[in-house]
Amino acid sequence: MTVIAPETKLERNILKKDANRIKGSALTALIKRPTKTTGPFSWVTSVDHKKIGILYIAVALLFFVAGGIEALLIRLQLFSPNSSVLTAVQYNQMFTMHGTTMVFLVGMPIIAGFGNYLIPLMIGARDVAFPRLNMFGFWVFLFGGVFIYSSFFLGGAPDGGWFGYTPLTSSPYDSGILPGNGTNFWAIGLLLLAVGSTTSALNFIVTVTNMRAPGMKLMRMPVFVWMMTIISFLTVFALPVFSAALIMVFFDRNFGTTFFFSATGGDPLLYQHMFWIFGHPEVYILILPGMGIVSEILPVFSRKPLFGYSVIVFSGIAIGFVSWGVWAHHMFASGLGPVAVSAFSVSTMLVGVPTGVKIFNWLGTLWGGSIKFTSAMLYSVGFIAMFTIGGLSGVTHAVSPADTQQTDTYYIIAHFHYVLFGGLVFALFGGVHYWFPKVFGRMMSEKLGKITFWIIFVGFNLTFAPMHLSGLAGQARRTWRYQEELGVTFLNQMATVGAFLIAFGVLLLVINIVKSKFKGEVTGSDPWDARTLEWSIPSPAPEYNFLEVPRVSSVDDFWHKKYEEDPDGRSILRDGVDLKEEPLRVTTEEAVSKYGVHLPSPSIWPMIVPLGMTIGAYGLVLFNWYTCAIGVAVTAAGLIGWAIEPDTENAEHGGAH
Amino acid sequence: MTTPQDVETNDALTTVHGSEIDEAVELVAEDIAVTTGTKNAKISNAKLAIWLFLASDFLFFGGFISAYLLYRGRSLEIADAALAEGVEPGKILSDVLDIPFTSATSFILLMSSLTMVLALAAIKRNDMRRTQLWLIATALFGTIFLGGQIFEFTEFVREGFTLTTNLSGTTFFVLTGLHGAHVTVGIFWLMSLMGLSMSGKLTSKDSEKVEIAGLYWHFVDVIWIVIFTLIYLIPVN
Repeated sequence: MTVIAPETKLERNILKKDANRIKGSALTALIKRPTKTTGPFSWVTSVDHKKIGILYIAVALLFFVAGGIEALLIRLQLFSPNSSVLTAVQYNQMFTMHGTTMVFLVGMPIIAGFGNYLIPLMIGARDVAFPRLNMFGFWVFLFGGVFIYSSFFLGGAPDGGWFGYTPLTSSPYDSGILPGNGTNFWAIGLLLLAVGSTTSALNFIVTVTNMRAPGMKLMRMPVFVWMMTIISFLTVFALPVFSAALIMVFFDRNFGTTFFFSATGGDPLLYQHMFWIFGHPEVYILILPGMGIVSEILPVFSRKPLFGYSVIVFSGIAIGFVSWGVWAHHMFASGLGPVAVSAFSVSTMLVGVPTGVKIFNWLGTLWGGSIKFTSAMLYSVGFIAMFTIGGLSGVTHAVSPADTQQTDTYYIIAHFHYVLFGGLVFALFGGVHYWFPKVFGRMMSEKLGKITFWIIFVGFNLTFAPMHLSGLAGQARRTWRYQEELGVTFLNQMATVGAFLIAFGVLLLVINIVKSKFKGEVTGSDPWDARTLEWSIPSPAPEYNFLEVPRVSSVDDFWHKKYEEDPDGRSILRDGVDLKEEPLRVTTEEAVSKYGVHLPSPSIWPMIVPLGMTIGAYGLVLFNWYTCAIGVAVTAAGLIGWAIEPDTENAEHGGAH
Repeated sequence: MTTPQDVETNDALTTVHGSEIDEAVELVAEDIAVTTGTKNAKISNAKLAIWLFLASDFLFFGGFISAYLLYRGRSLEIADAALAEGVEPGKILSDVLDIPFTSATSFILLMSSLTMVLALAAIKRNDMRRTQLWLIATALFGTIFLGGQIFEFTEFVREGFTLTTNLSGTTFFVLTGLHGAHVTVGIFWLMSLMGLSMSGKLTSKDSEKVEIAGLYWHFVDVIWIVIFTLIYLIPVN
């Protein structure tokens, strides 16, 4: 290939220029710019997408524990009829915070964490498009989460449900309905989190659009990247509608407006529409990345390419589109009228089609493969089974007469925990096992991993399968107590035992993570003999990701660089490929000086801005306008510092906003 | 990569090599693009991001505009019902609107889009004096509009039409107030660009910074056209 020569020379020249630019030292920032990329403080100022990804996942796991404890308290209260472990108000706070936490402080951020860590590696980029904006997103999430949780100590946690239906939440704060600051914390906290989620979604879209390695065409991207792209679009377009609704609720509650006050012509149902126009795409924002993760894991451990790659991608896109047209199936019991109900029934059944297609694709991937049941694979197969059950009970909701009966019962709880826990959480746990060696360079214990899987699997089914029955028997959700005469006591006791089994399983998972991080078996770059680009670089992934930008010529490019097909269609190792051979690893300094790698410099401002926003939020919620002013001042200072600081120290252009 | 058709042709070898060379040439071009940061970029990172943000912001306004449209006329019905019962109803929007006044300030806001374009054209020519002039003019026009809005609000409140009077007040003040907040952010954005250019940190190489601020500014204008049409020009009856 003589053609390559001039190109590499040109590349070298350009890179040399870059390297020279970086070497200078003029500091323009007000505060001395942080430069350290190691040690604890570097985690505060890091703009490295991998560190930010780890931070997202670690903090989300902490919130997962918090949300889990709330769930356990709910289950303890429901262990026996008429129990009084919790007061009614405490119970309301628990289910509100459990839902809010799991959706906004666990689901979305942990997905952002996986996306952050993996998207650049999977598309052959050195970082995301806006490294500092990325860091900003993480700090907004952390501060926003702490902000919402601090409400426990500042006048009571939110207790109006994670969905915050009006007129309950929008009643004036002095009306005695939902007393305390909880609802204010909920509304403003979610607005903060919406800002963070929107910026990280923008960042993902731009990264995927503009930063792909040469040859990485859209239809060569790993399915996980595709799913992240789709949900980023959903996030960008769905969240603002919810933000608008939250502002209306906050105004109604605190400033005497009457958006949802029916006595003067307002319509509480408007809130439900706005919430679910966001809320239903949100469901897919949570589940599509899980589908993406499973689509990465299944082919590797079946040693087969993903069955129907393009079909999976297009079903993902189809789900994304249809998800905008199904929101009112959450409102069948609110009296929409027969035409609307029928239309939304049909569209809801429609969304089951691309979802079903995917399930068959995954089964097709497994079919005839040489399957290896690692922990990651167990979670993935568990995902298919559990998600199918959840999907089928979902179809029963689409049938509106049945749904009217099921609305607000434990049947609904059973359904969405099968898709969100049996679906998303299983996929995420599988993903943790699968990518752990890439992140830390060590293997997780497979033995403990498999035991953990079975404990969680049994515990999960023990918790949520009985809820189908107790729900159909008439046990209402979000209700503090149930009566013995309802005949659901035994079912609830099963669920409580199951919940503690899940908690035990999660404890084992955390032990496995922590132990493996320090004592796990050290591993090479490609322990699973995998298919995608992230496995072509050393483990743990070096700061510069790729020493040389990879060139891609097919789906699963890394696999095709290792293997070719013999005439019978079997994969055989290419000549000269040694799977034991490790990719070259250099220090970050060497990568910058010798290989001309261009890395964004650490920064403090993307942490200062969310800090100011959060201070301002406290002022707003507690009606302390001085605090508000301080928050605005800190935010403004942070933005100015950010604006005049270049992306990379001493590079000619700043650029990023 | 060979396709079945390639192999079937008589001179399969040439075809294969031809396509490989093509691909290599394509890779060279792409590679240069990667290292210079213009990879795949029919649109730059920052510009793509601002377009997506504006799309998102459009839906944010969409929420409030929907609420306004849904509730249009309801306060009138309630006022009529109150009158029928002999109760003095609160003021509604159409009682207090001063359409000529707001038309004038709206015109000034629209003209600021023109000055914004002139600022961008000037910085592309590296004419920093004119860039600063037009940036100031844009910010000034924005401020005049904002002043007009503040005057309008105080006038309405003085006449007894407030945020809490009825649905009409609720939807009007929150929607136009949010638009005003967007204009305020835009003015600060323009002023910080001014600050950068005064300290010599804004040159023709940074014209994209002005362009992006401009996209935001035009967006705020376009939203105002929608709001002005819906609230001021279409009568409620």
